[in-house]
Amino acid sequence: MNIVVCVKYVPDAQADRTFNASDNTTDRVNVDGLLSELDEYAVEEALKIVEAGEGEVTVLTVGPDQASDAIKKALQMGADKGVHVNDEAIHGSDALATSLVLAEAIKKIGMPDLVVTGMASTDGTMGVVPIMLAERLGVPAVTFASELTVSGSGVSARRDGDAASLTVEAGLPALVSVTDQINEPRYPSFKGIMAAKKKPVENWTLADLGIDSGAVGLANAWTKVEAVAARPPRAVGTIVKDEGDGGAKLAGFLAERKFI
Amino acid sequence: MAEVLVLVDHVDGACRKTTSELLTIARRLGEPSAVFVGAGVDAAKETLAAFGAEKVYRADAAALTDYLVVPQAELLAHLVATVSPAAVLLASSAEGKEIAARLAVKIGSGLITDAVDVQSDGAGGVMTTQTAFAGGYTVKATVTHGVPVVAVKPNSAAPEAVSGAAADVAVDFTPSALASGARISAVKPRERTGRPELTEAAIVVSGGRGTGGDFSKVEAFADSLGAAVGASRAAVDAGWYPHTSQVGQTGKQVSPQLYVACGISGAIQHRAGMQTSKTIVAINKDEEAPIFELVDFGVVGDLFAVLPQATGEVTARKG
Ligand SMILES: Cc1cc2nc3c(=O)[nH]c(=O)nc-3n(C[C@H](O)[C@H](O)[C@H](O)COP(=O)(O)OP(=O)(O)OC[C@H]3O[C@@H](n4cnc5c(N)ncnc54)[C@H](O)[C@@H]3O)c2cc1C
Repeated sequence: MNIVVCVKYVPDAQADRTFNASDNTTDRVNVDGLLSELDEYAVEEALKIVEAGEGEVTVLTVGPDQASDAIKKALQMGADKGVHVNDEAIHGSDALATSLVLAEAIKKIGMPDLVVTGMASTDGTMGVVPIMLAERLGVPAVTFASELTVSGSGVSARRDGDAASLTVEAGLPALVSVTDQINEPRYPSFKGIMAAKKKPVENWTLADLGIDSGAVGLANAWTKVEAVAARPPRAVGTIVKDEGDGGAKLAGFLAERKFI
Repeated sequence: MAEVLVLVDHVDGACRKTTSELLTIARRLGEPSAVFVGAGVDAAKETLAAFGAEKVYRADAAALTDYLVVPQAELLAHLVATVSPAAVLLASSAEGKEIAARLAVKIGSGLITDAVDVQSDGAGGVMTTQTAFAGGYTVKATVTHGVPVVAVKPNSAAPEAVSGAAADVAVDFTPSALASGARISAVKPRERTGRPELTEAAIVVSGGRGTGGDFSKVEAFADSLGAAVGASRAAVDAGWYPHTSQVGQTGKQVSPQLYVACGISGAIQHRAGMQTSKTIVAINKDEEAPIFELVDFGVVGDLFAVLPQATGEVTARKG
């Protein structure tokens, strides 16, 4: 079974994430970045599937130069090879354009049996690129899988919805997005870190994918960020130490605010 | 006036609160038309009419409901082509966002998800508000291409009752072969707790690792306030509370009038799910816990002492 895992390089959530003042895009350069933690679950799941049978795991990312770190981490975990699509023109792309670039890259890699992604990125957090990618590839999507079984001909997953827990099935090829409930991602071993250095990584531009630069990027996005503003810090609240009356004081506050 | 399509979020005809919120928002942009998929339209009509739906497009073929996401996206794409609406509004749930995303690709439109406010931009389009980076930023955006598709979070508008005609329009629509690609083969309904639903509740009381696995005090306090119960990922990972109750980046994003965090430290991923709550209260043993940076009112203390006392007081005050 051949698998392509789509991963994203994101600003570290522990760092001070911000926007570029000039164009309201996410700052990915002046902040420490890493492989999105939610994509580690996707890499882990793909590795487990291939280890249980046979095949190859290719990691694919679309992003600036630093995004090669995300590929490196996935290769260290055990993926076989990497593809990095990097082009100035992609800067500021929205989810629609990102899914287009991913779809064309996957077609160039060769349609695998499975495309695996994380449930959402930890920066944009829309969680829609996987489904858009499936739409563009014309394959069924089994998204938000918290449990996954793969057979020779299809996949079956548990998806926890708002009102019910669903079992969803699809034939191959298919796209699967996985939640952080599905597994425990491994840490790269020393052997894995050494081996990763020799693994092949291809670097592609939009021209390599036959995508017109007018189809992507900030200027061609179909949504426009008109303004960003840091949320004003919350007014400092009242903090009391419980001296046997903490619960009563809390109830007093709730009454004062008309919650009771 | 152009129609605004609202995909009705319901369980067997029982409309979720988001539906009345979406209809209220739709009236700011044009004439609300509800799109109802599945069984139970008769039960839903009263609510739809009460919140201003002029039309109710309905389709209840099994082909639309036994499969995930795609059939509903195709139905909406079909309606967009026939009625040329001013916008399409959906609930920003996992499924609503996915339907929106497929629809946006199909009809070549810009997509906004997780909106906490939607207004007219004054020029026939929409001006939306979202939060970014765990609630640290507010972002305003417009859709510049195609029919705006906007997924809106619960509690983003106060529902306004206005009667609408709710004229019945049966839609004859057959989904494509791709629509049957992902089949729902089993449905296990969530156990009913009798408490309000997490994303819709006006008050949420959550427990974390500090409960040590005993949620009884958290639940009792929640019940005294008529609140929903949430949990941190640490509590969920330990198996103390179901994942569907998790609040945070990879759980539910809630924005209630009041959020009470009990034995929760306030990690950035937890904040991502509750930081936009109107009033925030925390009970934590550790006065250095980062959750206290967010609170309107905090109690430094043991939740096993503070919560029962607070529960008793609330019950007494309510009489
Ligand atoms: C990719 C990713 C996604 C994540 N998504 C989420 C998410 O969606 N939601 C989420 O919540 N977390 C999420 N996390 C985890 C998050 O980083 C934290 O680990 C988690 O929120 C911690 O939960 P906690 O506050 O209950 O536990 P802790 O951080 O251990 O805090 C427990 C708190 O309880 C207090 N306490 C202990 N005993 C008592 C007592 N008797 N009375 C009062 N206070 C007491 C302690 O002082 C402490 O502050 C995610 C992490 C990652 C990497």
